[in-house]
Amino acid sequence: MTVSPASWRAWLLSEAPASRLQARLGRATRLGLALGHHPLAVAGVGVLAVLLVVVAIGPWLAPQDPAAQNLDARLLPPGTPGFFLGTDELGRDILSRLLCGARPTLGIVALVAVSVAPLGLVVGSVAGTVGGWIDAVLMRVTDIFLAFPRLILALALVGALGPGLENAVLAIALTSWPPYARLARAETLAVRRSDFIAAARLYGASTPRLVVRHVMPLCLGSVIVRLTLDMAGIILTAAGLGFLGLGAQPPSPEWGAMVSSGRKVLLDHWWVATMPGVAICVVALAFNLLGDGLRDVLDPKDTPTR
Amino acid sequence: MIRVRDLRVRYREGGRPVDAVRGVSFDVAPGECFGLVGESGSGKSTVLRALVGLASDWSGTMSVEGEPLGKSRSPRFHRRVQMVFQDPYGSLHPRHTVDQALSEPLLVHGLGRERDRRVVQGLADVGLEESFRFRYPHQLSGGQRQRVAIARALMLDPVLLLLDEPTSALDVSVQAEILNLLHRLRRERGLTLLLVGHNLAVVAHMARRLAVMQAGEIVETLTTAQLRAGTPTHPYTRCLLDAARISRRRG
Repeated sequence: MTVSPASWRAWLLSEAPASRLQARLGRATRLGLALGHHPLAVAGVGVLAVLLVVVAIGPWLAPQDPAAQNLDARLLPPGTPGFFLGTDELGRDILSRLLCGARPTLGIVALVAVSVAPLGLVVGSVAGTVGGWIDAVLMRVTDIFLAFPRLILALALVGALGPGLENAVLAIALTSWPPYARLARAETLAVRRSDFIAAARLYGASTPRLVVRHVMPLCLGSVIVRLTLDMAGIILTAAGLGFLGLGAQPPSPEWGAMVSSGRKVLLDHWWVATMPGVAICVVALAFNLLGDGLRDVLDPKDTPTR
Repeated sequence: MIRVRDLRVRYREGGRPVDAVRGVSFDVAPGECFGLVGESGSGKSTVLRALVGLASDWSGTMSVEGEPLGKSRSPRFHRRVQMVFQDPYGSLHPRHTVDQALSEPLLVHGLGRERDRRVVQGLADVGLEESFRFRYPHQLSGGQRQRVAIARALMLDPVLLLLDEPTSALDVSVQAEILNLLHRLRRERGLTLLLVGHNLAVVAHMARRLAVMQAGEIVETLTTAQLRAGTPTHPYTRCLLDAARISRRRG
């Protein structure tokens, strides 16, 4: 039996799915289709897809060794044969460094994202659902973290822990979770008085079950949106730490560190700092576009997604 | 089945305590359908919420099946007593399929093994086809949602069903369907019903006896036969009765 794309589509978008799996896939398909109608979001996804490819095979694409110094070829402008984007002050090929630098840069972002979102989600939804003194304690801790400027607190943490990529991730994660907790709590407060939560209490659902199965799915949408919008900020914080010499250490080609090293020669040799800067900018923009699209698709959450 | 004596419930609204229920007493016999009628804000829904443990600040005595109720409810209570809410748009989780909504009570009470059979049976009991099983609430009409909510309340085979204005958010034609469904389920399962509503005609259609509430107090308890005979003594009951007659005549 042959299965045509049309029948696949009909199966996925069926109004009366026949199994749990079909219902779940149908929901994902509707979400994907809605996102597909959002040209800017598609552009964002496209850029991020290219970026993922670079992360995966960047080191093999690089025409030169990113750490190989060649003092005879210092500070060559973009377009020089063999050095498409020019060279930096130690004669290293900037294009190669950009391609190899995608991995540490996005590694930081990914690690921060997977640690920050769940932490904030748990803190916020537990505080909102349970209420009382647990809510008060959790939210005061959140407020204390929120009271400090993010980069300053991250700086202090890295200063105490010692510079390095792992400590930068830890510092950024510790300073970025409070907004997620606040957001998740606000979403929780909006639904915790609703009848479906009362109904769940009435058939005896325990509080952990309420939090995980009933409250968290409703907070997840806005947390994901916030996360994609925050990605840009995380990249910039990581770049900021790198710029101050507290993130990735030389000769690692992390983009923030590259901007930092280009600063010394910015006026005479603009491309050294500009190329990684443009890369950071494009990635940040792509995440922002995706976040915007997701926000439109996931909110308002109760309308039928057709 | 239910015995409530001198129930007082207090709410906190913006820091100020509000006495929603002020000394309510009534009894419901096993297998009976008892009605609680009153305008919005008369405290009739609050009585239900206190019974199931959703309103914690109450005093007086309440017992169900002879067991006195304390501040918390046991798993056994949850299996024996269930509630259907007024608004079917708010009482179903927007991200759960019908299947999930009906499975949850079973999973909570460790009945996951019988899940498939009981969910299909539960849908059939409320007159929904199996094709509804994996739909989301937004794919259902108001009447279908209320059927799902009723099916969810019946998943644990309760003996007592509390109905908080189960039809007031629905179209008139759908109202009749839901009332007939409740009537049939009550007959088939021998359910005891406690029906709360503001529409005297709807409550009198279902219940044999009813209590009229005003401003947190029961002003009169009477049978529907007395109501039809036109012998209510309290002026507020008469007022409600006249209102129902007028709306029927305009109907």
